[in-house]
Amino acid sequence: MSEAGTLDRETTASARPTGARFAVFSSAFTVGLILPLATALLYEAAFRLGLVQARLLPPPSRIIATLWEMAVTGELATHVIATSLRVLIGFGIGSAVGMALGAVTGSSAAARRFLDPTLQALRAIPSLAWVPLFILWLGIFEGSKIALIAVGVFFPVYLGVMGAIANVDRKIVEVGRVFRLSRSALARRVLLPAILPDSIIAIRSGLGLGFMFVVAAELMGASEGLGYLLLDGQQLGKPDQILAAIIAFAVIGKLGDWLIVIASKPFLSWQDTHQRGA
Amino acid sequence: MLKIDQICKTYPNGTHALERIELDVNEGEIVALVGGSGCGKTTLLRMISGLERPSRGAVSLDGDVIEAPHPAVGIVFQEARLLPWLTVSENIAFGLDHLPKAQRDKRVDEALLRVGLSGYGQRWPRELSGGQAQRVSIVRALVAQPKALLLDEPFSALDALTRASLQDHLLGLWDAHRPTMVLVTHDVEEAVLLADRAIVLQPRPGRIFADIPIELPRPRDRLSPEFAEAKRVVMNALDGSLSQPSPAKAGRATQPSAGGSF
Repeated sequence: MSEAGTLDRETTASARPTGARFAVFSSAFTVGLILPLATALLYEAAFRLGLVQARLLPPPSRIIATLWEMAVTGELATHVIATSLRVLIGFGIGSAVGMALGAVTGSSAAARRFLDPTLQALRAIPSLAWVPLFILWLGIFEGSKIALIAVGVFFPVYLGVMGAIANVDRKIVEVGRVFRLSRSALARRVLLPAILPDSIIAIRSGLGLGFMFVVAAELMGASEGLGYLLLDGQQLGKPDQILAAIIAFAVIGKLGDWLIVIASKPFLSWQDTHQRGA
Repeated sequence: MLKIDQICKTYPNGTHALERIELDVNEGEIVALVGGSGCGKTTLLRMISGLERPSRGAVSLDGDVIEAPHPAVGIVFQEARLLPWLTVSENIAFGLDHLPKAQRDKRVDEALLRVGLSGYGQRWPRELSGGQAQRVSIVRALVAQPKALLLDEPFSALDALTRASLQDHLLGLWDAHRPTMVLVTHDVEEAVLLADRAIVLQPRPGRIFADIPIELPRPRDRLSPEFAEAKRVVMNALDGSLSQPSPAKAGRATQPSAGGSF
């Protein structure tokens, strides 16, 4: 869970509203670029001056060239699509089941006593330990990979949604009761909006874990996907290909997270957080 | 008429919160429940609101027994309890789902105007001060046009100036439709300023200690000698309720004039 915790903190830190003022956004963005760009430029310069042997760590120019080459041949798109589809399907299943079970255990103490201990016990199993079993059950191809990703996504979403529901302020729920809302109206008009912020954080850390597990799934054997590029690059001694795949992972991971942030933003503008306007 | 008939409340953990509370509140009357902490005044209010059920006895409004939150009973809590994801207007309209939109908007706009918050309709609750939020909370309860409005220490979290202005706002709002009001407060001055009757409760278990009519004409002048005298009477009764050790004796209301001798 320490992994998920770290992810959580990272995603929270990047949750700062960006759209409000483009100038603020862009200057913060620029400041963040200084360190990686300067490092890349220094390394490139050292390489050009013959100060470093670039056999194991290729210079940025070569990585960009490799990326470009793969993009032109369409190879990159194939791998990116394969990986994204696996994450998308696994994430869809894992987060749907996580939200459903989290909603059940969060809103009913009886269900929590019945289900939660089992789920917590399952959570204690390192997800990768399921790999051999999933391969036996679902075969070596897509089924086992998607199952692994779904398991990885499930737990942070389940925990986050359950916690969010259990923590809804009794006083706010009472307002719903005073106005005699039906159970479904109470869920829709009070509980759902109340748990939304925490649920979105949970979904974002779920997506982060989805990307972590897609690498594991693809490393255990795949004929396409960014994880396959990593393994292929290792076996054929092509560090530039490995780094290209890593960069592609970073880009689509960030893009996925950003899509969730953008999609949820209109529903969260009411929030009263210390980061407002930062 | 709001009728509280022989209410007792004992919690599952054995806490005896209320013992045989008997109280009739006339239509349009403002009653203040005054008492030290632990006297069960909030418990009594929650029972009238239908949020909690009495262990014995019943509360009824115009003969209709209240067993769950009732459409004709509104409540204002100590905290504003606005829903942070709704704008001020949407918060006020929260209980008006059954009305057509035009009528809903009209009531909300009138309400905002009456509490001096027109132009605040599209704001988020986080943008309001404590006093503004509590004003919104009061009109949220009032736009549903309840026959009875319950207020649970609604101004206790506010500073003195804001409190005074909100007390005036409340009386102004009350005057428009004259709902029956039951106000829980620990502030004697507030009780004397607003109420037609002050009910002094005695703790452990909560019982009625004194029922004091306050027959000052409105608007009341906080600085007049009559106001000071009424305050003194309620204050004496309150002191008496707290220094009265035996739970058996004072089960029923006693006359306020006797308050000083306790």
